[in-house]
Amino acid sequence: MVEALIFILMGGGAVAGALTVVLARNPVYSAMGLLATLFSVAVLYVSHLAHVVAAVQVIVYAGAVMTLFLFVIMLIGVDKSETRDERLPYQRVVVAGLGALMVAAALGVTVFGDFDWVPAAASTVSESATNGTIERVARPLFTEWVLAFEATALLLTIAAAGAVALAHYRGRGR
Amino acid sequence: MLDAGWYMSLAAVLFAVGALGLLVRRNALVMFMCIELMLNAVNLTLIAAGRALSDINGQVAVFFILVVAAAEVVVGLAIIVSIFRLRSTASVDELSELKG
Repeated sequence: MVEALIFILMGGGAVAGALTVVLARNPVYSAMGLLATLFSVAVLYVSHLAHVVAAVQVIVYAGAVMTLFLFVIMLIGVDKSETRDERLPYQRVVVAGLGALMVAAALGVTVFGDFDWVPAAASTVSESATNGTIERVARPLFTEWVLAFEATALLLTIAAAGAVALAHYRGRGR
Repeated sequence: MLDAGWYMSLAAVLFAVGALGLLVRRNALVMFMCIELMLNAVNLTLIAAGRALSDINGQVAVFFILVVAAAEVVVGLAIIVSIFRLRSTASVDELSELKG
């Protein structure tokens, strides 16, 4: 019962934040909406016993990434409001149709589907197997997926170097 | 335990909102935030599926997605800033050529 309550509250918060991201005119409001969504999803992670992932979500996403976003928004300037005229004909209509279709499909699957896609579902779920403590998450990370882990380390190094290179790029003959 | 389908549909709604925002908005920063929204929807799916299958690897996959998303944000925002320096705009309607 508690989980259902958390789901309703945090799911509502996540959807409200997502709608704020899309509908807000000011990019700062969009960033705040994204922040609300990230926190709500982190709470849902905790209710799934994914403690470490929730902590990483709050520290890395809500902390570092959103700070970076706000920095760039302030750097570019928030006072320039986006023009709302649409240059592509029928774009809005097609997008609205697509959105209604996706939401209807999701709700239809939830209400009418019986989720046979999970082979070992429900009866054999053991709570201890997915209790995401640091040790439980780190063990496969450093044994089974160690190559992918090293690859992400390389990726982060390349991304940091690339960001510095882009920041120093002045362009030829300028 | 709540049925995994509820989390799946919540994730689908979040993904739909993000995808539609990406299609509707013209501000490069807001489009970027919509991409983050979609990534989060997929993360929620992986966590829910991992729990329903009693498999810790769902959480490991989310961890990797978080790292890759952080790298993507760093490079993407650097590109947006350097474009803004040249063009003084972050609207993708104005950025119709690859020439710097």
